[in-house]
Parts: sequence; structure tokens; C-alpha cells
Amino acid sequence: MSMSPTLSNADSLVETVKARRTTFVRLLWANPRARAGLIILMAMIVVAILAPVLAPYNPTSTNFIPSQAPSPRHLLGTTLQGQDILSQLIWGSRNSLGVGLAVGVIATVLSLLIGVLPSIGSRQVNTIFATVTNIVLILPGLPLLIVLSAYLHSSGAFTIAAVIGFTGWAFGARTLRSQVMTLRQRDFVIAARLAGSSQLRLLVREILPNMLSLVMANFMFSILFGILSEAGLQFLGLGNVNAVSWGSIIYWSENGSALLLGMWWWFIPPGAAIALVGIALALVNSGIDQVSNPRLRTVAKTKKGGILR
Amino acid sequence: MRFFLNRLGFLLISIWAALTVNFLIPRMMPGNPVDAILAHFQSEGAPLGPNALHALEQQFGVAHSSIWSQYWGYLQNLLHGQLGTSITYYPLTVTQVIERSLPWTLGLAGTATIISVLLGTFLGVYAAWHRGTRIDAGLTTVTMFTSAIPYFWIALILVYLFGFELHWFPQFHAFSTLPPGVAWWKFALDILYHAVLPGATIVISAIGGWLVGMRNNMIQTLGEDYVTFARARGVRNRRLMIAYAARNAILPNLTGFAMAIGFVVGGALLTEIVFSYPGIGMQLLTAVENEDYPLMQGIFLIIALAVLLANFFVEMVYGFLDPRARQGE
Repeated sequence: MSMSPTLSNADSLVETVKARRTTFVRLLWANPRARAGLIILMAMIVVAILAPVLAPYNPTSTNFIPSQAPSPRHLLGTTLQGQDILSQLIWGSRNSLGVGLAVGVIATVLSLLIGVLPSIGSRQVNTIFATVTNIVLILPGLPLLIVLSAYLHSSGAFTIAAVIGFTGWAFGARTLRSQVMTLRQRDFVIAARLAGSSQLRLLVREILPNMLSLVMANFMFSILFGILSEAGLQFLGLGNVNAVSWGSIIYWSENGSALLLGMWWWFIPPGAAIALVGIALALVNSGIDQVSNPRLRTVAKTKKGGILR
Repeated sequence: MRFFLNRLGFLLISIWAALTVNFLIPRMMPGNPVDAILAHFQSEGAPLGPNALHALEQQFGVAHSSIWSQYWGYLQNLLHGQLGTSITYYPLTVTQVIERSLPWTLGLAGTATIISVLLGTFLGVYAAWHRGTRIDAGLTTVTMFTSAIPYFWIALILVYLFGFELHWFPQFHAFSTLPPGVAWWKFALDILYHAVLPGATIVISAIGGWLVGMRNNMIQTLGEDYVTFARARGVRNRRLMIAYAARNAILPNLTGFAMAIGFVVGGALLTEIVFSYPGIGMQLLTAVENEDYPLMQGIFLIIALAVLLANFFVEMVYGFLDPRARQGE
């Protein structure tokens, strides 16, 4: 029952696609989980942008009485070095969210280039890229990341984001690839191919618009992966320990033996901030799942990606 | 047989890829590790012999020879099990250091992984069976939270709560210094006692993926005709849940194992570091802090090999249990 669109209704087709996209956003907003996640995320981004206004003190200033428990003066207390932890947390959101976002972009672009683009090539090209993806997927990421960072020494935020992005694209590439493979068998794609569309046009006009929600979900996962990895690296002291980020706050709390001194206010807030972002992203993602695939409302994710992290 | 050869081929290719990545990293990165290593040895007053120097140069690519002959030499050294000499633990070789720390990691991460797979699968079956109820919603929500939280933060909180505040468990290390001649079972108990918190960290973080995966597979399987038919025939609920649905739902969950094991290994590294647990992760951090490049790369190689082999093993089991996987390639 497939029909090929004629030139005259191509415009109206574009309109329908656009309309579908706005409906998608509206549906996402109507989904309580996704809305909760989006609100948390937007609030955090606003905090990061307004850091100079919102932070009560200079985050690197060491002029306060050290090791104080939370008080009205210092809502989250102070560090062993006498820094205000609330200010560090607010300023740190810039670094952590920024790196996460950069990783999200890098990893998503790479997974599109490596997972999706080869599908227009020959069979051999496809096999090669699939094998490469599978290999990168099972090579342990964190140890590789640690070794790479050790060679790079303490480097800037962008280098860290690039390294994390380059080690973290494989999961997305594989998910997107299998979706492309499924869509290629669908009637409307076959119809377009028989109507004479080139492979590239097929990919861009027919297949990609139908997997936008998956690309978006993948983008969210990559951001989460980026934030968690950055925090892990910073915690190990492998990033730039002098830059204020959530991971580096935890690094300094370890270094200052916050655990032995019982200074819970030093390491709990930054971890909670990371967890909050993670939960927000997970909420948005499960919202995307429910909206983009009505079947998932009862039967959730099955074959692909049993492990969602 | 074709399935076996196929997977074996993939194993070999991925091992080769891991070896090559390990070879290329020091050559592609800025700076010269050999200089750092030599400086370290000279400051320690333990100058290297010409043989050791040559081995170092081969390992880290000082350009006395073409990259291909370096690569060949590197592969030959690996074939003979030579990973170089550790700088931090001089004169111990990298292999010796790894031999000492690997059992701790395997014991801790291995046991914790098995527990989280079993527990996660069981809870997933349970949630699927009670799907749509509060128990199901609660379990899936909790796991969504635990999957989003960094491992090392969970570890810190557990240390703080149960180690520092409540004194229920030791805060750090894998064992305490017991008087000599103490009974072996006391020592074993001491090790177990120390492993509770780090093990719990790994289980808490890793269980979510298994639970959700199993739950979703179960729901899928429960919708199959043969389950409905068995129910109509009057098969008892418990038997239906375990012998009919769960047995078939477990298999697809295994495919996630490859990715899961990578995450568990990474998480275990961070966990070890929080608890000062003397495993591979702790050694990796020590190596990084001391610019001990031979040890660092040896550890990366061992971890990669372990993960690849574990994955191969699981795929074999999977192929053995599920004929579709053998034909599906």
C-alpha cells in the first residue's frame, strides 16, 4: 500500500513533518515524567548561566573560617581550605554541564557519522563500521579514559570533553545503526528507493526524520555519560583540579579527608547535583520513549540496550 | 560451528584492536614518557641497564627504528608475557604487580557482579509479574535513580554512613593486620567483612540495568501465546512465572552483558579507589599518579583482555542455550 509522493504535494509533506515535530515537543511536554525532567534541566542551566549573580561568594576565595558545618552564613558550609561550598557548587555547574553538553554533541555527531552514515555505502563498508563499533563498545571505557588523561596531563575542559566524547560514541552508534537497518525494510523507504531516490536522499529525507526521537534520547544519554565520566576523572584528579566543577569538589573533599573528619556537607552536595542531572535526563528519556513509541507504554524497551547507562 | 568461528574471529580482532590501541596511545600523545621514566629512575638512584633501556624504548616508541619494527617487537614481547618493569614498584615487573592485585579485583567485582545479576534478574521477574502495581513502579523508579548516580558517590555515602557514623563496617582497605598465626577462617571472615561496603556499592549501581532489562523481557514473554495457553491449561502461577516465562526471558538479557561488564569494571575501579582496596583500580591510580606508564598500560591491557574474554564466554553460553543466536548471524 505504498505510494510515491508527487512533486506537487512535496511541500505539504514538509509541512506535515514540521507539524509532527511540534506535536512531538508538545507531547513530550504533556508527559509528566519528561516535563519534570525538562524543568529540572532548565533550572540547572539557568543557575549555571546566572552563576555570577546567584553565587553568594567567590568560589575560589579562601577567606572564610574553614571546615564549618552549614549555617545561615554559609548554607552548605565551608571546605577545609575555607571556601564557600554553595558558591563552588553554583559555579561548578558551568564546568560540569558544559562538559556534559559538549560530550553530548561530540558523541552524537560521531555516532551519526559512524553508525548511520555508512548505511549508504556498500555491504563491506557497513560490515567494517559495524565491527569497529562493536569493538569500541566492549573495550572498557573508563580505564581507557584514565590512561588517555594520564598522557594528556591536567588539561582544559574542552580536551576532557573531546576525549570522553571519543570514547563514548559506540553505544549510540550501535543503537542508531540497528534502527536504520529496521527502517530500511519499511514500505515507505522501499517505495522511495524504487521511486529513484539516491541513498543519501533516502537517509536524510526518509530515514533520519523517523528516528529523531532516538537521536535525541541518545543525545541525552551521551550528556549523562559525559557528566558522569567528567566527574569520575575529576574525582581521580585527572582533569584540571583547579577548575571548579562538581567532580573536583569531591576530589578536594577526598584530598582533605572529609570522610575522616565527618564533613558530609563537603561531598554530598556535588554528588547530589550530579545525581539530580542524571535523574532529570533519565526522566526526559523515559518520556521520549513513551511518546515516540506508544507500544513502549506497556511493553518497554526490549531487544536493544537492556542496560541503559 | 560457524557461530563459534564467527565469535572467535571477533574475539581475535578485538584483542588485536586492544593491543594496537595500547601500542598507539603513547606514540600519539604529546610528551615523551621515556624521559619521564628515566628521570624517575635517576632520581631514585637506580640507573637502568642497557637492556631495560632498550625495552623501554621499544615499548614507548623512541624513534630509533621504524614504527613497524617497533610494533613487531611490542607484539613479540607481549607473546612472551613481558609487560615491562614497574617504576613505582621497581624492581618488580608489571606482570608481578598485576598478579598481586588482580585476585582482589576479580574477587570483589566478580562476586558483586554475580550478586547483582542474580538479584537484578530475580527482582526484574518479580516486577514484571506484578507489572502496573506499586511494587513495579517503585522498583523501576528506584533503579532509574541508582543508574544515574555516580559509583564513587554511592561509595562515599556508604563509607560515611556505615563506616564513619555507625561503625558497622571498616571504612578502608581489604583486610586488617591480624596477629600472625591467626586461624585462616578468621582471616577469611575479615576479608569478607571488609568487602561488604565496596561490594554493596557495585551491586547498588549495577543492579538497575539487569532489573529493568529482565522486567521488560519478561513483559514481552508474558504476552506470548504459549504463556497464555499454559495459563488456560491451568498451569500454576509460580510455575508459569519461572518455568515458562523467566527461563525464556533471561536469554536476551545476556546480550547486554558485554556492555554491562565494561561499566562494572569501570565502576569497580572507582569503588576500589574510594575504599583503598588493593586491586587493579587502585594500582591504576597509583600508576597514573607516579607516571608509571608501563604499569598503566599493562593494567589497561589486562582489563581489556579480561572484559573481551568474559564477553566471549558469555556469547558462547548464549549460543549454546539459544539456537536462534547460532543461526542469526
